[in-house]
Amino acid sequence: MKLVAEFKIHHRQVLGPGGDLVAALPEFARDSGEILRMYRAMTQVRVFDAKAVNLQRTGQLGTYPSCLGHEAAHIGIGAAMRAEDVLAPVYREFGTQLWRGVTMTEILTYWGGDECGNDFAVPRDDFAWCVPIATQTLHAAGAAMAFKVRKEPRCALAYIGDGGTSEGTFYEALNLAGARALPVVFVIVNNGWAISVPVAAQTAAQTLAQKAVAAGIPGVQVDGNDVFAVRDVVGEALERARRGGGPALIEALTYRLSDHTTADDASRYRCAQEVKDAWKVEPLLRIRSFLVNAGVWDDAKEQALLEECAVKVDAAVSEYLARPKPVTDAMFDHLFASLPAHLHEQRRLARKYASKPSGH
Amino acid sequence: MVEAIALAHGWEMQHDVNVVVIGQDVGANGGVFRATAGLQERFGVDRVQDTPLAEATIAGMSVGMATHGLKPVAEIQFMGFLYPALDQIVNHMSRMRNRTRGRLSCPVVIRMPHGGGIHAPEHHSESTETMLCHIPGIRVVCPSSPARAYGLLLAAIRDPDPVMFLEPVRLYRAMRQEVNDDGRALPLDVCFILREGSDVTIVTWGAMTIETLRAATLLGERGISAEVIDLATLSPIDIETILASVAKTGRLVIVHEAARNVGVGAEIAALVAERGLYDLQAPIQRVAGFDTIMPLFKLEHDYIPGVQRIIDAVELTCAD
Repeated sequence: MKLVAEFKIHHRQVLGPGGDLVAALPEFARDSGEILRMYRAMTQVRVFDAKAVNLQRTGQLGTYPSCLGHEAAHIGIGAAMRAEDVLAPVYREFGTQLWRGVTMTEILTYWGGDECGNDFAVPRDDFAWCVPIATQTLHAAGAAMAFKVRKEPRCALAYIGDGGTSEGTFYEALNLAGARALPVVFVIVNNGWAISVPVAAQTAAQTLAQKAVAAGIPGVQVDGNDVFAVRDVVGEALERARRGGGPALIEALTYRLSDHTTADDASRYRCAQEVKDAWKVEPLLRIRSFLVNAGVWDDAKEQALLEECAVKVDAAVSEYLARPKPVTDAMFDHLFASLPAHLHEQRRLARKYASKPSGH
Repeated sequence: MVEAIALAHGWEMQHDVNVVVIGQDVGANGGVFRATAGLQERFGVDRVQDTPLAEATIAGMSVGMATHGLKPVAEIQFMGFLYPALDQIVNHMSRMRNRTRGRLSCPVVIRMPHGGGIHAPEHHSESTETMLCHIPGIRVVCPSSPARAYGLLLAAIRDPDPVMFLEPVRLYRAMRQEVNDDGRALPLDVCFILREGSDVTIVTWGAMTIETLRAATLLGERGISAEVIDLATLSPIDIETILASVAKTGRLVIVHEAARNVGVGAEIAALVAERGLYDLQAPIQRVAGFDTIMPLFKLEHDYIPGVQRIIDAVELTCAD
């Protein structure tokens, strides 16, 4: 027998867990202002996320999927994308969304049970949060098809989780993207757990990046706690796609430091030591160490940043809590471009039986 | 009610080695609602299996397991995530017996949380039973109390054909009731009369039995005697029980959480119109969810019909 195909999967890392460089700095990271911008954004996400969990615990927000530990992946991807690109998120990608202009108030509004939170003022073309698993990957491929047909130099980027790679839809999206050389990048945020199911129970593959192989597209693994490596790898893939070089699959290795959502209790199925170990390699720690080592960051600056982030979060929370309960017409008004006749009667009925406006 | 569901699993797994439980997070986690809590510890990882995160896998693998000696009881995490499994349910699970003239069959139960009212995120509050009821060859069951959940789930597992088992999320924790863990099944394909009455028949199912029974009590105080029927098996419909009730009361109101358009209520109304029209003293009324997308939770209680809507509909049928 002769060998007809083989594959290799590379792993990219720039920053070690202690903030030490394990590879040459990418071009963008030679500008400390740019690094600080990313670090500030990562910190903002973390402060926001903790507040959102707290709001849920105090009955002021619905079920919320924390993104604790995903900050490097989120901000690395946000920074690698261009404003005109399109993001197809899952339900946890608050960091990328904040970077792209979605507001904290909008995030809270959606997770507070009001669709208005999806009506982003910026970015208008991004997809909404996608709760049904893996379905967004095909939307990104479709958006990429639109860019290709309309000859627009834009890319789509779809997130997916490690669990999501078990869905057939994911393979369909990779396959289509490869067959048509679409300008789309798929990023698997492999945080180790799909609710209670570990990656090893999802697949026998050594890496999720190699799922690209069967679709005939490049697949690469990146340290998802390393914001430099994520931005570098994703940026490279996006620019190749933009030039007509086709899609890519990137597996970002990270860890879900939180429960799956506020409705979950991970202590039922995951050992405490594993979580403790993950905290040692978490994403903020290493970029902060890098900045301190470089002499551009210290405790006073850190304290000032945390306070600044908290002020912004508090302002968003106040704005969110002040929002009135939506009126019942909201169920009808965006169902179609124009409401069919039979629904006018139901809209009146809904008004008649509307429950009293309530708080949160 | 969620404990009753776990009990029924436990009983049947203890007494029938071919019963296996599959789904997402049903193992160590015991199900996101705890409906399979403790089962993996008790029966092992072969009989209580976490599947990869793929609903088509769950349904398709159930077909293969069921046609070859096992009785899978599968959990779909929320009804809103059922759709990737529909291909397998519609094209294979429901047809296997008919296709092979009885040579192969699918004794499968697919359980799924149903309906809204618990402040859940998008896609976690759907009640799309009418889609399932339209599929020939499967049963659709929806319990309205812990005891009925226990008895009907046992019946569903023992049934030789596929059963879709819809579990109203509002009842999981809200409703507490002593359940005898005696392995006694309740019959499928029949309604349960929850309250006898003489002036109007109200047919409902699942969590809407709460509002309906409350409305019936209030109507009683106003001198209107309502008979409340829990449909329980949504497909096939036990129309005989409903017709007998309508023959007695002369009035029919149907209450469901799902959207009105082509809802199960429409089928009941059509059957009564076909076979019981001359018993009716007033037009049939339906009280249902709106023909809109189930809203996020800020408006969910404006979507789910309330007690007052039911009372008004009943009073309309009772007005001379």
